[in-house]
Amino acid sequence: MGWAIALHGGAGDIPRSLPPERRIPREAALRHCLDIGVVALKANKHPLDVVELVVRELENIPNYNAGRGSVLTTAGTVEMEACIMDGKTKKCGAVSGLTTVVNPISLARLVMEKTSHIYLAFDGAEAFAREQGVETVDPSHFITQENIERLNQAKEANRVQIDYTQPIQKEVKAETHIADGDSQIGTVGCVAVDNHGNLATATSTGGLVNKMVGRIGDTPIIGSGTYANRLCAVSATGKGEEIIRGTVARDVAALMEFKGLSLKEAAAYVVEESTPKGNVGLVAVSATGEVTMAFNTTGMFRACATEDGYTEIGIWPSPQT
Amino acid sequence: MGGWAIAVHGGAGVDPNLPTHTQEEAKILLTRCLNIGISALRSNLPAIDVVELVVKELETDPLFNSGRGSALTTKGTVEMEASIMDGPKRRCGSVSGVTTVKNPISLARFVMEKSPHSYLAFSGAEEFARQQGVETVENDYFITEENVGMLKLAKEGNSILFDYRVPIESCSAGAAATDSPLQMNGLPISIYAPETVGCVAVDSQGRCAAATSTGGLMNKMTCRIGCTPTIGAGTYACDLCGVSCTGEGEAIIRGTLAREVAAVMEYKGLNLQQAVDFVINERLDQGFAGLIAVSKNGEVACRFNTKGTFRGRWLGACATGDQYMLAGIWN
Repeated sequence: MGWAIALHGGAGDIPRSLPPERRIPREAALRHCLDIGVVALKANKHPLDVVELVVRELENIPNYNAGRGSVLTTAGTVEMEACIMDGKTKKCGAVSGLTTVVNPISLARLVMEKTSHIYLAFDGAEAFAREQGVETVDPSHFITQENIERLNQAKEANRVQIDYTQPIQKEVKAETHIADGDSQIGTVGCVAVDNHGNLATATSTGGLVNKMVGRIGDTPIIGSGTYANRLCAVSATGKGEEIIRGTVARDVAALMEFKGLSLKEAAAYVVEESTPKGNVGLVAVSATGEVTMAFNTTGMFRACATEDGYTEIGIWPSPQT
Repeated sequence: MGGWAIAVHGGAGVDPNLPTHTQEEAKILLTRCLNIGISALRSNLPAIDVVELVVKELETDPLFNSGRGSALTTKGTVEMEASIMDGPKRRCGSVSGVTTVKNPISLARFVMEKSPHSYLAFSGAEEFARQQGVETVENDYFITEENVGMLKLAKEGNSILFDYRVPIESCSAGAAATDSPLQMNGLPISIYAPETVGCVAVDSQGRCAAATSTGGLMNKMTCRIGCTPTIGAGTYACDLCGVSCTGEGEAIIRGTLAREVAAVMEYKGLNLQQAVDFVINERLDQGFAGLIAVSKNGEVACRFNTKGTFRGRWLGACATGDQYMLAGIWN
């Protein structure tokens, strides 16, 4: 037993040749967010507060695809979504289609705590944000030059891009009608457990580059991108459409419950057996303080720590796994 | 075993005081829709086409809470949502915030088949509808006088009304917000009967599919999304089965109900009936819901739960290839 925390900044076809100027700030951000989370757990903050705190931090960092730094829709706009869930009570909150809310994850938490609903979207979510007095800004705040370039590249290559860490090669083949990015990334998330077995998960994203306006991904779908119950807390990343049909986050918990798999085994099963390669990554913690970070993509920006001193920060598969 | 099977439902938790003539109308409509589905299955239409066909029929009729006849938001408008899932490859499509599309379930199908995504909502969904040339109408086409009246009552009772066909005054099981109301999620709820519609089917080749459609909760906040478009909650289909749920949306989401049925079949080896029983008995700690399910072996199962002393009813109908169909209001 003991506390544990894991966070991710997206799974995808992250090339090993990622230049230092793109890699180093992202690693530093992971370290920074992990530290924030660990300090909070050590101070006995409830995991729900911890995951919200960490994801807010990730949303504020423009290098990750959430909050500021969100990828753009085909119309050049930002539409953010987020979701939070408490394991013990299974209370949850989700938002989609946000354009002015600085921290979508916090709005998701307000939906959970201040309404009788679970999920609010678009205009209704924005109106709720104003009622609640959360911080809102002009939509341009979220848009970065990098993402404008990514959108332009995606449009030129005429497809939905899931990995935004690398420019699309110009000689890429024409898009088939199924968006099939050669890399998947985006979405940030955090899971945490304290030493009372309280579990929580939070996920936040700008979605897919060049996505259709109004497209909703896996992040706000309970059981797909986000899920927590008494056994574990899970946050997934990757190709949203695959995560939805694979009900990824729920399946990790279901395998533990119904097949008696351990957290690690369940996560490994989901990324290795139940979902197509190159599409999915997740982080998860169990009620007994275990942690796992699994992915079937080239890499996943991730970090974790447990009370007994284990720490890992990485992008590509670790040599020991 | 093997052979086709189909089930259709139009709501869970109907108050016993629901007027008899309304119960009769519901039975007739469900029977008619079931027959449409049965004919389609007999002519070898794939399950995915069958469930869409049947739900379209239910959306078009104003009796249930989907398409025309949808419950109203707190602003008096209609915002519809739907989802459809095809078992064999677990392809899926969902829509939310649909305001002019005559048949939301068909739009969900277009999302599944003609877009690179699984889920489109609000203006994006409406825009997609126009691109696809689906039939659209003015929002007031969906609004019935009855529902306008019900919204008024709901606002007066200051509650979210699940069943809008039973006036608050005549409800015996629940209560208006003024006297000790039935509480759910801290909100006084007069009567349970969400009347989301759904259909599940398995064709003679063992392919399962599920489709669900709704207008959502009466007096809901605008842009509130419920369980119906949520894959894994209100709708799910895979190689083993097809499931559609109706009831208290938030409870169905937390319980990932539709996926749960499939998960216990897949990971615990339960058969369809056992899985459905398990989920209804064990997975709805709070909240009222009903579900219909079919398995690839041609079985069908329908269950709903009752909350404490509140005796609910559930409107549904089902049939299999080797059993005569039954339609009814279950107690």
